Amino acid sequence: MVYTSINESIRPIGYVTSQQSLTGSQQSHTGKASSHMQSGKVRPRTRSDPARPAFAASGEPAIRVRGLRMSYGTYEAVCGIDLDAAQGEILAFLGPNGAGKTTTTEILEGFRKRTAGDVRVLGEDPAGAGPGWRSRIGVVLQACAPERLLTVRECLAMYAGYYPRPLPVSQVLSLTGLAEKASSMCEQLSGGQQRRLDVALALIGDPELIFLDEPTTGFDPSARRQAWQVISGLRDLGKTIFLTTHYMDEAEALADRIMVLCAGRIAASGTPQSIGGRSAGTTTISFTLPDGLTAGQLPALPGQDPDHGRPTAARGRVEIPVSDPVPALHALTGWALERRLTLPDLAVSRPSLEDIYLRLTAGGAT
Amino acid sequence: MSLIAHQAKYDLLMYFRDPRARGFTMALPVLLLLLFGYIFRRESFSYAGTTVSGVTYYLSRMIVLDVVGSTLSNLVVNVVNKRETGALKRRRASPVRTSALIGGDVITSEVSALSITIVLVLIGWLVFGVHLSGAGAGLVLLTVIVGTACLCGVGYAVSTLVKSQESAGPLVMLIMFVLSAISGLYIPDTLFPAWLRDGAQVLPIRPLATAMQAALDPATNGGRQFAWQDLLIVLAWGAAGAWFAVRRFSWSPSKSLGAVPGRGYCPGRVTARDE
Repeated sequence: MVYTSINESIRPIGYVTSQQSLTGSQQSHTGKASSHMQSGKVRPRTRSDPARPAFAASGEPAIRVRGLRMSYGTYEAVCGIDLDAAQGEILAFLGPNGAGKTTTTEILEGFRKRTAGDVRVLGEDPAGAGPGWRSRIGVVLQACAPERLLTVRECLAMYAGYYPRPLPVSQVLSLTGLAEKASSMCEQLSGGQQRRLDVALALIGDPELIFLDEPTTGFDPSARRQAWQVISGLRDLGKTIFLTTHYMDEAEALADRIMVLCAGRIAASGTPQSIGGRSAGTTTISFTLPDGLTAGQLPALPGQDPDHGRPTAARGRVEIPVSDPVPALHALTGWALERRLTLPDLAVSRPSLEDIYLRLTAGGAT
Repeated sequence: MSLIAHQAKYDLLMYFRDPRARGFTMALPVLLLLLFGYIFRRESFSYAGTTVSGVTYYLSRMIVLDVVGSTLSNLVVNVVNKRETGALKRRRASPVRTSALIGGDVITSEVSALSITIVLVLIGWLVFGVHLSGAGAGLVLLTVIVGTACLCGVGYAVSTLVKSQESAGPLVMLIMFVLSAISGLYIPDTLFPAWLRDGAQVLPIRPLATAMQAALDPATNGGRQFAWQDLLIVLAWGAAGAWFAVRRFSWSPSKSLGAVPGRGYCPGRVTARDE
């Protein structure tokens, strides 16, 4: 792991203009959409600050949690969870309201004291960590109004003064697409722009680890995509990102790993592709039932999920769950060709992350 | 110190841009001094076996009103606003030290109180002919500095009792006006019954007012220009307020109840409902 300062390597990305946006980019080592790496201008260098490379070189997880418990009286909000976030990865932390996400996140951020368990964030216990540790993390809070009577530039400059090695204000303004709003009063920003300012304030100290608590809530679809590019770019720079979100597409697009918390316990963890048995899950073959046929006339397909019985044809749409789509499709299309039938709107779909999430958290939502 | 100066720079910027601060904290004492000074320009009040002129009385009281406005009003509303909007929590997420944040608040209050005091003293001198010796002027400024610092402590304590932005303004107004009224800032307390005067003397505002009056007119304090006994009461209130604030202070909004660990962290105030 090579720690890289934004200051030393990044150029303005995302948020800014379509010319500067970096969609359709090459794949990074994580397999996620890379942002600025494609420009060829990024030359990661080890930072001169000795403390940061020392931790980076240690290979320790950025976040390591063992047996974390948090009780409020008799109510146990977090029931002994284990959690690891490797350096440089984006870990998405999902769960319904009331699952214990906020409590866990605030313990990791050093905002709450835990009841029990071992927590190490960047090698230190957040409950007793001091300003030196805080200068290494960035936090985007779930809800936070801007400094009402400062301009965007002044607000960033004020926060920059808190950090030992802040990024240049103008660079963070460009990075978050706020350069044109630099002289606007913070209170005059739109909701999406205020959220960008939150992100900018989290970045101004050039952190190693960034907590993003629902960072794109309130964004329009375009702004969300642009925000994803910024987040993706931060990961490419070696930043570790702890992402809390309710958007499954956001988790799928950004996360290297996902953890689902439900009723204070980890319900599942894994990559977006494999979590909750998603990669081995049932595939659904669907098509519109041809005229003159009933669902009962369709053939039995190999690997057809016995748990789901015969195909159903609600509103003329047939859905057949199968364990292995290749032989099933072969049999289905062969059967149709023999009878000179078309299968309108034929589609093969795997369970979405949202399907898996809803199954994992069924009964745990509030 | 440089971080305190850094914070104070931005806090002052926000203070002077705040129309509420400009209109209420700054303008109110000036307007009331002009009004009361004009009404009572030929009056004098019996005071501790001597008399004090109406304009001297009201000059001392309006300087104290300025101190109260800069602390119990402005500071409390600002702290509650910052806490309830999440700004305090966001600052807590940064490496900034608490001392820098408190230092910024106190310096802002001091600059506010001192600058308005200078305006009030100039009005007292130029409009109403209240002359002040060099020592008297120094003592007035010293009393303002000490009083402001102490009432900042009280202000932080009061801020912990206010649970929402909506209630901050009305509650602060109530506390400020009642305290100011029973401390004789609007009506000469020579007209008050003794029990009310004595009761107000154990609260922080009246002792500050009598100390200010002694700095302007030592005859009202037995010829002693420095009323240290009165200032001791104010100091005690400042210390008590700071002690209370340290125990009760929260960085997080009351609604989300995310009490930030620290000396003021109180797990007992967090309930299951909050998660």
